[in-house]
Amino acid sequence: MDDVLARHNVRVSGRPDGQPLMFAHGFGCDQNMWRLVAPAFEDDFRVILFDHAGAGGSDPAAYDPQRHGSLEGYAEDVLEICRALDAQEVVFVGHSVSAMIGALADLADPRRFAKLVMVGPSPRYIDDEGYVGGFSDADIRELLHSLDSNYLGWSSAMAPVIMGNGDRPELGQELTESFCRTDPAIARRFAEVTFTSDNRRELSLVQTPTLVLQCSHDAIAPVSVGKYVADALPRGSLVLLDATGHCPNLSAPEQTIAAIAPFVRGGAAQDVVGTRVG
Amino acid sequence: MTAAPGEVAERSGEGRVMSQQAASEAFCAALLDDDPEQLYERAPCGYLSTTPDGTIVKANATFLDLCGYRREDLLGRRTFADLLTPGGRIYHETHYAPMLRMQGTVREVALDLVRADGGRLPVLVNAALDTTEDGSPRMVRVAVFDATERREYERELLRAKQRAEQSETRAHALARTLQATLIPPSAPSVPGLDVAAGYRPAGDGEEVGGDFYDIFQLADGDWVVALGDVCGKGVEAAVVTALVRYTIRALTVQQALPSAVLRSLNEVLLAQGTERFCTVVLVRLRQDGSTWTATLSSGGHPLPLLTSRVREPDPVGAPGSLIGVLTDVRFHDEVVRLQPGDVMVLFTDGVTEGRSGAEFYGDERLRESVRAHRDAPRPAESVLGEVLEFQHGAARDDIAVVSVRVPPPSGTAEQQVREESAS
Repeated sequence: MDDVLARHNVRVSGRPDGQPLMFAHGFGCDQNMWRLVAPAFEDDFRVILFDHAGAGGSDPAAYDPQRHGSLEGYAEDVLEICRALDAQEVVFVGHSVSAMIGALADLADPRRFAKLVMVGPSPRYIDDEGYVGGFSDADIRELLHSLDSNYLGWSSAMAPVIMGNGDRPELGQELTESFCRTDPAIARRFAEVTFTSDNRRELSLVQTPTLVLQCSHDAIAPVSVGKYVADALPRGSLVLLDATGHCPNLSAPEQTIAAIAPFVRGGAAQDVVGTRVG
Repeated sequence: MTAAPGEVAERSGEGRVMSQQAASEAFCAALLDDDPEQLYERAPCGYLSTTPDGTIVKANATFLDLCGYRREDLLGRRTFADLLTPGGRIYHETHYAPMLRMQGTVREVALDLVRADGGRLPVLVNAALDTTEDGSPRMVRVAVFDATERREYERELLRAKQRAEQSETRAHALARTLQATLIPPSAPSVPGLDVAAGYRPAGDGEEVGGDFYDIFQLADGDWVVALGDVCGKGVEAAVVTALVRYTIRALTVQQALPSAVLRSLNEVLLAQGTERFCTVVLVRLRQDGSTWTATLSSGGHPLPLLTSRVREPDPVGAPGSLIGVLTDVRFHDEVVRLQPGDVMVLFTDGVTEGRSGAEFYGDERLRESVRAHRDAPRPAESVLGEVLEFQHGAARDDIAVVSVRVPPPSGTAEQQVREESAS
């Protein structure tokens, strides 16, 4: 099973005997997205970071077009990593599309997870009757088309940017060389899987306590979508962050930590553990 | 000493005086005209300054020209992402903004601006994050370049790349098809014989190799096994391989002795005028009750190994000339009676010359492998597996192996093996 950990560039830190706290990155980047948030939990959790297949430092061979042709494949990866680490009562923090990947993993193996945190989730990006996802069908088609027709431009944008890091000494060379590096062909497929997904039905089946973090101005997942998710979850609660953008884990790390901490450390977890074990 | 403009002019004549003066005036005019304000406003690229959240706080005239908005439409009212297509906004949120935050800069990001009139403008964007003393973001400076021409050029490149990929796919399909016509997909089932074959082209298998084998029936209980190696690879070698293979098929109908077939094959290749030669081992197998008579001849090819439970694997037959090189050739026919339990293994030099580092797989390992698998019905497949394993799965040369085994009376061999391993 060890090769699962290598395949997904899994990094484990924090308290070895602590409750597992797993951070999952969304479409576009890699585990470095959590760089400013994850360390805050290392004192009392066993912190698990990883890269999705096809992203960051994952093994290129880990990407399987068939398996990763749906979010379920990514959820299965999450469970494989948990099993390889023998992680029980996992608190799963998923950003963007990984919020839904967490929900799917929880449905596939409900006893595995104690709590879920969804940062900027969207169960469906495309508008539907009676539902505002924020994008029209044509918008998403245009996105996929621009990925098809323009991936030369995108690939140069995604290529490593070597820069003098004297002004940001905390950013090592290793980071600047790998951050956001993605195979354009995989990015194209991941974009299609992500932005054409519809997991609204699954939300109502998630029995695990879930915290939804929503930015006040998010161009990808509008506030109404965050509210929709929190309402649809049987045990969901919503925290609105006064932050702009889709990545509060980067743009507002302190707020993000402050919102997550009481929920993941809270006593509610004990109750849940008790009822589940009993 | 530096000469003043006037001094130079005196030495070099009237025309030079004028141009020197004009240049000097132009220099001064440019210096005066291009005050910092103009340098900013009329720079040959659009400039934007935004808050860390992206709200536009400053824009130069060039940018306003590019996007068609008035200054008051933008400042404090729109974010940079607002000016992008929906797809561009997603890219902005998932790549551009995180990269800017983490790395401090983004460079050469290809995006489409949506102009005030709804039109799209392909642009390239560089951005730099300005931070305060304590490292927190203060503002973002963005440079926007019109990339209409470049985008068209990229599309051309992309189309060329797609065409190249399609051609490559077709070439691979062609190679596989050709390969499949030269190698039977699996060894045919021969009544009264266990025949097995293993084949692996060199490298990634996309190029047509020079090794081939063929197993076909002439009459009831009368079969031919041919295995050979045409020098070289690729399409040219494949043409010769096809010629050799079908010539053997045609000749065996007329000529009973393998040596006679090889002799005629030599003439055909010489007449063909190809510079490629080949090696072939040819075995004619005739059934005689529970035994088979094998008549074999080698044309420059490694001799097959013959083994049984009571016989160590040893080469059988006599060496013969290469085929397609000389007019004066010698081939020898060897007749062997194959008893139940006897195994003959034909192979190409890709087996013995398989390498692991500087070490060859060699004759001794091959004999050992054949000895180890001689009681199994399909030793060829096991031998191939071991050669590949020795080379860590990456064959440097084509490998072909064919095994012919007369099955022992039902159960006996297997039974003996079990008894042996039990004792």
